[in-house]
Amino acid sequence: MWGAGGAAIAGLHSLRKGANRTPPLRRPAVSGAAAPARPAALGNTRAPAAGGRIRQPEERTQDVTTVSSAEQHTRRDFLYIATGAVAAVGGVAALVPLVAQMNPDASTVAAGAPVDIDLSPISQGQIVKVFWRSKPIFIFNRTPKEIQEAKAVDVNTLRDPATDAERTKPGHEQWLVVIGICTHLGCIPLAHQGEYDGWFCPCHGSQYDTAGRIRKGPAPKNLYLPPYTFLSATKIRIGEESTKPA
Amino acid sequence: MSGHSTYQPQNRFLQWFEKRLPIGGLIHSSFVVYPTPRNLNYWWTFGGILTFMLGVQIITGIVLAMHYTPQADMAFNSVEGIMRDVNYGWLLRYVHANGASMFFLAAYIHLFRGMYYGSYKEPREVLWILGVILLLLMIATGFMGYVLVWGQMSFWAATVITNLFSAIPGFGDAIVTWLWGGYAVGNPTLNRFYSLHYLLPFVIAGVVVLHIWALHVVGQNNPAGIEPKSDKDTVPFTPYATVKDGFLMACYCILFAWFVFYIPNFLMHADNYIPANPAVTPSEIVPEWYYLPFYAILRSIPDKLLGVIALFSSIVILAFLPWLDTSKVRSARYRPLYRQFFWLFVIAAIGLGWLGSKPPEGIYVVVSRIFTAYYFLYFLVILPLLGIFEKTKALPNSISESVLPAKA
Repeated sequence: MWGAGGAAIAGLHSLRKGANRTPPLRRPAVSGAAAPARPAALGNTRAPAAGGRIRQPEERTQDVTTVSSAEQHTRRDFLYIATGAVAAVGGVAALVPLVAQMNPDASTVAAGAPVDIDLSPISQGQIVKVFWRSKPIFIFNRTPKEIQEAKAVDVNTLRDPATDAERTKPGHEQWLVVIGICTHLGCIPLAHQGEYDGWFCPCHGSQYDTAGRIRKGPAPKNLYLPPYTFLSATKIRIGEESTKPA
Repeated sequence: MSGHSTYQPQNRFLQWFEKRLPIGGLIHSSFVVYPTPRNLNYWWTFGGILTFMLGVQIITGIVLAMHYTPQADMAFNSVEGIMRDVNYGWLLRYVHANGASMFFLAAYIHLFRGMYYGSYKEPREVLWILGVILLLLMIATGFMGYVLVWGQMSFWAATVITNLFSAIPGFGDAIVTWLWGGYAVGNPTLNRFYSLHYLLPFVIAGVVVLHIWALHVVGQNNPAGIEPKSDKDTVPFTPYATVKDGFLMACYCILFAWFVFYIPNFLMHADNYIPANPAVTPSEIVPEWYYLPFYAILRSIPDKLLGVIALFSSIVILAFLPWLDTSKVRSARYRPLYRQFFWLFVIAAIGLGWLGSKPPEGIYVVVSRIFTAYYFLYFLVILPLLGIFEKTKALPNSISESVLPAKA
C-alpha cells in the first residue's frame, strides 16, 4: 500500500528535517509559496466559516507530528517500518500466483509427455516428421550411402563439430532423430534437398547434411537432438533419454 | 489544476520531474496533507476498500482473461480448465468471483453510510449521483461477468434479464433481438458480454476518478454532518486516515480470505456448475445475492411493464435523494425520527434480499409487496415530509467540540 510505504519512508527520515512533513508543535510556520497560493484544485477549497480561517496545511503549528523529531527512533517509527515490511511481504506473496499463472498449465504439461513412434513403416531413405511438445521431429531412416557420407566428414571442418556417432544411438546408426527447426531463426528445413543430401532451409539458405549438421549458410548450430531412446529395434520413445549408462 | 502544491521533493530527479508533470504534488495534496475531518469513524473506510476491490477485480480479471475462451461451446470448459489446470487458477477464479461479492458488500455499506449521515446533501449532490452511476455500472459489469461462465444460471439469467427489455411497448422486442445478436441468448451474446465486461471496469475506474475529484473539491462529510470550521477540526490524511483505512482494509481482506479459502462456493449457485442447456430452465432461477433486493421488487409487481419500471426506478430513485430529503440537518445523529425510518429501510432492503431468494408464492409475495411499498414510500413520502415536520436535536458548534473533551 502506498500509504504505509510512504509513511514508512517518512518514518525512516525521522531524523532529517524533511520539507514535506506537517510541522511539529511549537515550530515556526513554513510559509514558502503557501501564503498567496492555494493548494491545487484537488485540495481543500471550502469557504471558511465566518470567524475562522482555514490555514494552509504547512502553516499549521498546533498539529500532532506525523513523524518523530526525536533523536532516537520511536515506537511510531518501528510501527511504520513493521507495517511497511508486512505489506511488502504481502505484496510479493500476492504477486506469486499472478506471475505463476502464465506458466504452462497442467493440461499443456500433460500433452508434452513422451510419444512412442513405430519405426517399421519408415522405409530406407525416408524422412518422416512427427510432433513432440509442439516441435517437429525429423526421423531419418538412412541408407548405407548416407551413413557413409556422414562418417566420412572431417569434423574439424565443421562449424559445430560433432561425429556421426555422437548424433546417433549405439547399435542404431541408421536412425537419425533430430528436431526439425533451423538453428538460425526457426524455420522448418526441407528434406532431401541441398548439396549435402540432408536438409535445405528456404528462409535464409542454411544447408544440413545426412547427420543434420550445419554445413553451409547462416545457421550457427547443428539440428538439435531431442531426448529419445530405443524401446526396441523398431520403436523409439521421444521425450525420454535412455537411463542406461553411456 | 491551479495554484502551487506545497510539495517539495527532496530528490533532484523528482524536482526535475515535478516541474514537468506534478504527480507527486497531486498525490501529496490529495492523499498526504489533505485535511480530513478528525471525527471520521470506520464507516468512512469503505470508499478506500472499494477502490482496492476494483483493483483486485481488474487484476484478477485481466489474468483470468489470459485463459478464458469466450465461445459458447468452449467457455464452460475453459473455466473448468482454469480451475483444474492453470497454475493457481482456482485461486484466481475464487478471488474474482468472491471479490465481486465483497465489492458489492462494500458498495452497499458505503451507500448506507451516505444515506445515514446525509452525505448526499448540498454541496455533495454530484458526488452522490456519480456514486449512483458507479452502482449502475457495477450491476451491469457483475451481471455480464456471471454470464461468461456459461453455466445454467449464467444462460438463464442472461435470458431473463435481457427479456426485461421486451416490456418496453412498441420496440421492446427489437431491442431484445439487438441485445442478443440472434433469436435467443447464444454465442453472439456471450462474445459481446465479454467485450463489455472487459470494458466497463475501466469506465468504472474513470468515474471513480471523477467521484474522488468531486469529493476533494467539496471535502468529506463526517459523522456530525457539520462542515469543518477551522483546522482544529481536521487532521492530515496521512497518517491518520491512511492507517485507519489500511487497518480496516486488512480486516476486510480477512473476511474476503475466509470466503476464498474456506467457503468459496457458498455464495455461488450449484446450478452454475451445469453447462448451459438452452432447452431446460432450472427449477429456480435466482441471481447472485447482491441483486436479490431488486429481484424481489421486480417480482412484487404483478404487471410486467410496471415491474420492470419498478426495478429500474428502485435504483434510479437514489439519484434524486438530495432533493427528496428536505431536511437541513445532515447527519442522522441529530435526527432521531429519521433514524428510525432509516433502520426500517435497512430492514426492508435486507428483507427484500432474503425474499428474492424465495419462490414467489404465498406469504413471501405479501411481505415482498409490503417491503417494496415501504421502499418507495421512504423516498417519495417519508423523506420529504420528515424534513418539514421533524424536530432535530441541537447541532454541536464544531467538529472538534463534538469529539474533544470540553476544557474546564
